[in-house]
Amino acid sequence: MSQIEVHNVSKTFKVAKRKAGIKASLKSFIKREYIYVDAIKDVSFNIEKGEIVGYIGPNGAGKSTTIKMLSGILTPDNGEILVDKMIPYKDREKYVRNIGVVFGQRSQLWWDIPAEDTFDLIREIYKLDKEEYEKTKQELIKTLNLAGIINIPVRQLSLGQRMRCEIAASLLHKPQILFLDEPTIGLDAVSKQIVRDFIKKINKEEKITVILTTHDMADIEYLAKRIIMIGKGKVLYDGSLNSLKRKYDTRKYITVSTKERIKSFRKKGLLEHEKVKEGYKFIIDTKETSVSDFINYLSTKINIEDIDIQNENIDNIIIKLYKEYEV
Amino acid sequence: MSQYLTYFKIKFISGLQYRSAALAGLSTQFFFGLVFIMVYHAFYTSGSGKLPMEYSALVSYLWLGQAFYALTYLYHREKDVINMIKNGDVAYELCKPGNLYLKWFFKIFGSKLSSVLLRFAPVILVAIILPINFRLTSPVSLYSFIGFILTLILGSFLITAITTLLHILTFYTIDAEGVLNFFRVIAELFAGAIVPIPFLPKFLQTISNYLPFQYISDVPFRIYVGNISSNMILNTLLIQFIWFIIISIIGIFLTKKALKKVIVQGG
Repeated sequence: MSQIEVHNVSKTFKVAKRKAGIKASLKSFIKREYIYVDAIKDVSFNIEKGEIVGYIGPNGAGKSTTIKMLSGILTPDNGEILVDKMIPYKDREKYVRNIGVVFGQRSQLWWDIPAEDTFDLIREIYKLDKEEYEKTKQELIKTLNLAGIINIPVRQLSLGQRMRCEIAASLLHKPQILFLDEPTIGLDAVSKQIVRDFIKKINKEEKITVILTTHDMADIEYLAKRIIMIGKGKVLYDGSLNSLKRKYDTRKYITVSTKERIKSFRKKGLLEHEKVKEGYKFIIDTKETSVSDFINYLSTKINIEDIDIQNENIDNIIIKLYKEYEV
Repeated sequence: MSQYLTYFKIKFISGLQYRSAALAGLSTQFFFGLVFIMVYHAFYTSGSGKLPMEYSALVSYLWLGQAFYALTYLYHREKDVINMIKNGDVAYELCKPGNLYLKWFFKIFGSKLSSVLLRFAPVILVAIILPINFRLTSPVSLYSFIGFILTLILGSFLITAITTLLHILTFYTIDAEGVLNFFRVIAELFAGAIVPIPFLPKFLQTISNYLPFQYISDVPFRIYVGNISSNMILNTLLIQFIWFIIISIIGIFLTKKALKKVIVQGG
């Protein structure tokens, strides 16, 4: 049995519809019109203990809704969720001790007081053993580089500093499962890297299952072997990042340094070519021609001094996917 | 229980930091105390009919009202609770252990208690040394003083339960703050916050007997000044307790219901 099981889950929101303007808002005061929005339609997946899963999709795809259902905040309209043999929204009190949640766009730290005081409050909430708590806290301070930050009132922290404190706050009770909803949003490169390294570390060393939503594909490439992509509330892809790449990443960007010139190009699978200062740039389609085949072809024409082959940017693959599914 | 006391503690400690707000509050309290007394003074010296309270008792009643205003007023808004509901940070509160209603109850109680502790002593200290016509007099008996303390404590639980309930309603009425304010105005009337209950017309007094609001502060103050006899103390405590339980149960029930259909604002 998997650690997290999601079976045919759906969730619909009722949204009040109101046109702009005074007249319309007066009218809506008397009679409200509602529209129903399917946030999640028939979503199923299983996640094993110790996995890191990237949960991706465009804005409004239902990522946050799924995370909120998995963390017991929202109740699904249909379907079942089972995590560690518990139903999150029913066994909430017991269940939440087992999970940590970070919402990148929200804050759980008390604004006016230093993060460490919030940590102490969290210790009370989870009734953590004093020694155990101190130990966990010191580890988190070390790995998330929090020394000197947790004693400053939270309102004076930068976003990156605050986010690291938020993550620490969600892990003080040593959860077995960690839900991260856009944990790197708005962070600079250094903070992003600290956060990523940290996630990788706790996953590796403590076998914590991590489910992560993000729009930053670099997060996914660095962390997740498996991705689940949703769009318009449905699962569009569930599998390894590599096979997604193999399927959609059929373009290679090849840069060749040469002093010679090529007069004409006649090769199947060559999509674009461009003369640059050092030599040539090519884009090939690997469905039509393999890389080695193309290099063979080139070497018959010119003397290759240096060669650089690059994969399709992951962002472009995702854009292609979104387009293909029209989400 | 300890976790809820921690919420209380944090709110209490951070509330005590707002000293300038307390000073501003104090000057308002003195101002309104004096203005009300002057109005009633004119009323008492010029009127001829029988009045429901003795003048000196009324003055004491008014000063107590000002001294404990921060504890008993109905307009208390716990900003972080309301913001949490409006901007969706409540999501964090929901994925942590603990009962949401109790958390908020203790938060609100903590900030109410800290703000009244900064205010009540100066008002009382000044009010007992004012000229005789404006003076807060001592309670009519030791019994009535003890009764006053006990009923005020239960009254503060009652107002906290009512305030928490009003905050819970924010889940249902995100953009209907106006409706809640309308309710507060009505509640103020029946709480004796506009004029003391004995000054209300008979039919309004009858209605107020069936409502919880006069048990917040009006009844405790009237016990202090002897307008309600000390025989009634136990009776009052019992009624306060029953109201407290009823309102808490409604609050807990509505919280549960709200959480079932909760929509977290802002994605």
